[in-house]
Amino acid sequence: MIRFIAKRLGSGLVVLFVVSALTFFLLYISSGSIARNILGDQATAEQVALKEQELGLDQPLLTRYLAWVADALSGNLGASWFTSEPVANSLASRIPVTMTMVFTAMILIAICAALIGVLAAVKRGWVDRVVQVGAIIGDSIPGFVIGVILVTILAIQLGLFPATSTISPEAGADAWVYSMSLPVIALLINGVTGGAQQIRSAVIKQLERDYVRTLRSRGIGEREILFKHVLRSAAPAGLTVLSLQLIGMLGGVVIIEQIFALPGMGPLAVAATGQSDLPVVMGVVMYTVVVVIVVNLLVDILNGWLNPKVRVS
Amino acid sequence: MSDSVETAAAAASTPAVPTGQSGTVVRSTVIRRLFRNPLGLVAMTILLAISLLAILAPVLAPFDQNYANIAKTLAAPDSVNILGTDSAGRDVWSRLLFGAQLTLLSALLCAGVAIAIGLPAGLIAGYYAGKFEAVSNWVVSILMSLPGLIVLLTIRAAFGPSVWMSMIAFGILISPSYFRLTRTAVQSVRNELYVDAARVSGLSDLSIIARHIFSVVRAPIIIQTAAIAGVAIAIQSGLEFLGLGDPTKATWGVMLSEGFKNVYLTPTLLFWPALAMALTIGGLVLLGNAIRDALEDGEKIKHRKQAATSVKGPLAGPTPARLPARPSRKSVAAVDLGTEHHLVKVTNLGVGYPQADGSIKKVVDDVSFHVDRGEFLGIVGESGSGKSQTAFSILGLLPENARVVGGSIQFDGNYTVAPGEERVSQERLSKLRGKRISYIPQEPMSNLDPAFTIGYQLVTPMVRVLGISKAEARQRALKLLADVGIVSPDRTFNAYPHEVSGGMAQRVLIAGAISCEPDLVIADEPTTALDVTVQADVLDLLRELQRRLNIGVILVTHNFGVVADLCDRVAVMQNGRLVEEGPVRDILRNPQEPYTQRLLASMLEGKEPMSMLVSPRPKEPVA
Amino acid sequence: MSTTESAPLLAVDQLVVEYPSKKFRAKPFRALTDINITIGRGETLGLVGESGSGKTTLGRAILGLAPVTGGKISFDGKDISHASRKDRRVLSRDLQVVFQDPYTSLNPALEIGDILAEPLGVQGMDAAAAKKRVKELLDQVGLPSDAINRLPREFSGGQRQRVAIARALALAPKLIVCDEPVSALDLSTQARVLDLFLQIQKDTGVSYLFVSHDLDVVRHISHRVAVMYHGEIVEQGPAGVVTTDPDHPYTQRLLLASPVPDPDRQEQRRADRHRLLETQRMQHEQAGVLA
Repeated sequence: MIRFIAKRLGSGLVVLFVVSALTFFLLYISSGSIARNILGDQATAEQVALKEQELGLDQPLLTRYLAWVADALSGNLGASWFTSEPVANSLASRIPVTMTMVFTAMILIAICAALIGVLAAVKRGWVDRVVQVGAIIGDSIPGFVIGVILVTILAIQLGLFPATSTISPEAGADAWVYSMSLPVIALLINGVTGGAQQIRSAVIKQLERDYVRTLRSRGIGEREILFKHVLRSAAPAGLTVLSLQLIGMLGGVVIIEQIFALPGMGPLAVAATGQSDLPVVMGVVMYTVVVVIVVNLLVDILNGWLNPKVRVS
Repeated sequence: MSDSVETAAAAASTPAVPTGQSGTVVRSTVIRRLFRNPLGLVAMTILLAISLLAILAPVLAPFDQNYANIAKTLAAPDSVNILGTDSAGRDVWSRLLFGAQLTLLSALLCAGVAIAIGLPAGLIAGYYAGKFEAVSNWVVSILMSLPGLIVLLTIRAAFGPSVWMSMIAFGILISPSYFRLTRTAVQSVRNELYVDAARVSGLSDLSIIARHIFSVVRAPIIIQTAAIAGVAIAIQSGLEFLGLGDPTKATWGVMLSEGFKNVYLTPTLLFWPALAMALTIGGLVLLGNAIRDALEDGEKIKHRKQAATSVKGPLAGPTPARLPARPSRKSVAAVDLGTEHHLVKVTNLGVGYPQADGSIKKVVDDVSFHVDRGEFLGIVGESGSGKSQTAFSILGLLPENARVVGGSIQFDGNYTVAPGEERVSQERLSKLRGKRISYIPQEPMSNLDPAFTIGYQLVTPMVRVLGISKAEARQRALKLLADVGIVSPDRTFNAYPHEVSGGMAQRVLIAGAISCEPDLVIADEPTTALDVTVQADVLDLLRELQRRLNIGVILVTHNFGVVADLCDRVAVMQNGRLVEEGPVRDILRNPQEPYTQRLLASMLEGKEPMSMLVSPRPKEPVA
Repeated sequence: MSTTESAPLLAVDQLVVEYPSKKFRAKPFRALTDINITIGRGETLGLVGESGSGKTTLGRAILGLAPVTGGKISFDGKDISHASRKDRRVLSRDLQVVFQDPYTSLNPALEIGDILAEPLGVQGMDAAAAKKRVKELLDQVGLPSDAINRLPREFSGGQRQRVAIARALALAPKLIVCDEPVSALDLSTQARVLDLFLQIQKDTGVSYLFVSHDLDVVRHISHRVAVMYHGEIVEQGPAGVVTTDPDHPYTQRLLLASPVPDPDRQEQRRADRHRLLETQRMQHEQAGVLA
């Protein structure tokens, strides 16, 4: 098992390295205009040259990348070109907000999707039909549009929730929960509809397997068959569904935070993108990839635990 | 956001691929079915209408997309601006039309790029496997771990605001979904025997791919494209909503963002772009679903409908779930006097499956027989004779949608299916199953749960059914394993099913069947999946156990040799009916019915080698 | 073997087949070891063995569907061990195949007519001639001529196997490799399909390599029989001898393991089998003691 984890961790590091290189070269390939961009049209050629030197843009691309890697390994991701704030600091202050939202939404999705999906698979009938129709509706309306609709109806028209959420540490837990609930709901609607539908198919597929009939013939109760055997076999498929949902949500949350004016990664990423503040963009990409790698590792470990065949090989 | 697509593709490919209903011949019926499906028709109408509006936008739009009338901002709909104007005084209807144009074009571009990369790569990786597959799998795993929106933000930061650039990038990013779809489909047919036959005929790889493989992926690709286009529209609008799109273009995302900024003043500005998006993406999703439904085999559709999973209610017709259930009786009538000594008695049993048109297809019809304690009854027949369905009705393990359409079953003097009952009572049978009636299946491997050790799967039923402790059950399980001829019971006890051979797994299943000392064992083709030499050992085991435990056994088989080896009496079935029944020697040596005679005449044992078995000239068509 | 004998149609000489292992640096999996068989013109060689014995692999190696690691396969005097796809196209006129599973050996999306015309088209036959030939073929295997425009799924297992046989016959081959062609069929259908195989051989003089796990089937259809066990041929000879009075311990076990459809004779056979197993066990022990 330890070798299995080490192997997965190693391949994760390789991915991290490859993505960082790709992103870096992609971002800086058009670096000629960067200094001019920052200083504006009024700047003289000398000022531009000076700025380029200051940012290290006069160095060859490869040298700059290696310098970035060396810095990054020591925890230094550079500083914003516009605010001069160290990227690591801005990430550190914003990641908690985003991650709380994403993981709260993910846990709720996992619970709701599993409950509804299993129920639909076992009971069929109207529950099943509702899940199918819900999946179509959920697929049809993009997550951020759902967010916009929620704000318009629940917050602005009905005034049930705050339309924008500003969170300060002093505000207290209940105020925090209150202002976070709408964005989290916006995040999880798509996840639950899609997830429930896919978990439903995974469970139905398992219920149709031969060994389920044999377990019944041995006098094992329906509940035990469902919870011990069927769910366990359906779990890997469910986990894959959820991990893909989480990857998607890392993008979706950017828009949701923008809609609700939350001080998370979203506004940082959007502002940096609009201004081509490349060190910050680089930092955002790195954070995302690390989260994905960690989540995939957890899913692999869980799968290994659930499936003896994976563990053996 | 790429999540839903990936899994939608997987779901789309699963039913379509094995049936392979995508060839030239079937296509016309698929399209007909698609048009008969109301939701498919609605989806196609919506998409067609939106496409027409988009194409004709320059003609239909009263204003240019960026024409701003500063004097008339946030105006309510009137005869000039039929949907009103936005905060810059631009005409909402015109912008909606031009937005449609851009939206559809960008979705097409994205899907086009994704297909251009994913399809050939998937074909090559699936067909040739090897290094190319390994490398592309690795690339795919990286692409799939990148959230689409974050990548698009990076592209925007590097190349500035361009719809086309971001859609090309997203196309590359989402190409793995086509790659995986294609690769899986190709892998599933690459080893099909008809591809081998084409190779033997000397067809080139290119012809094989074009003729036998491309036809399999075509339909899933279309379904996938519908999903991808929807996701592309969503993500592109999201980018524009964030204000990172091209500011000179009218798009639904920009309009939504514009509406959101003015949500306190004119919420209707939000409504139109949101509706346009929901209609377009919804149309694509429904179209994908409708194509998938149309592709699924008649068989499959029937099955789904009966399980009431279908969303196209209007077409489904009367489903069995809605059949009026007969009132369940609390007390079950007593069995006929003088028959209670039989271990099992099946009387005039009929089993059927409701069809889409409301009729019931009978698979077992008017079947009667009995089994006594210590008796070995063989039920023989060819495929489709209803022999397994008969066995499963005694076990109460018929599929969900099966109906008992006549007759009764009694076990040890009590009805498990009383006359007039439509379903096997699970309440009555769950008390008997495992404890007094047990089952030996045909396929050893698929009947053990791969996630649990063999020991666990033997111990649990004993703990549940006999109420003994785990330790005691373990002792009994080890003894059982030794009893069924397993040389090292300890090792097998701790092994997972995939670690033992098929013959061994069948012994484990037999051990499981006798573990709770049943009175009746139902064995469904217990040796069919085994090699002949292993079969002989398993037959010896079954005979020895039956004698020792003095149990009744119903053996379902197609093999007269197995019948001769084990059975006391035989029942011959054909097309759901019982043809002939009697002591084994009478039936095998002196069959009365022509069908039995014909079956026995087909046996090769004792025949003159190279002689014609059936006819001197075997040219009559097979019925 | 004397040199005066006419050369056999197919000669397999010390054939070895190995599959590279999926695992890194692991030893390749050896599926066949030192296989020597010959098939004469108009002759049927039955190949019998249990699952995993390599009997199917041998058929596939002859067809070019399994990798030949060592040894030689000659067909009609030519070495075909490593024939290219182009060579195979020429070869396919004389060497054809019928597979086990009639459900997956026909492309479900193609009409029967197209399936049967495929090998004809590869050889460059024009559409009209191909259509005529397809009609002849359907008649030859006892299917109605309206089958041409129908899909495989409209036919039963036995009828599909007839289509597969017709496809193999399309180019009037000299040898057909039959890989368990009747084992997926019901008893009465099996009998009819076996009749068809025999009739075709009588009419056309084709040779068969007939692979089966069923000793009774092999005995019925073969002139000579080879027995495979763990990737090797352990015994071969005239069908009557190998299938009734075998030499090799495995063949002896195989013969007595197959149950006969009469209770009393089966009881006798069972007793014979137990006696045989006991004898073999004792011999095995003695060999162990000696070694």
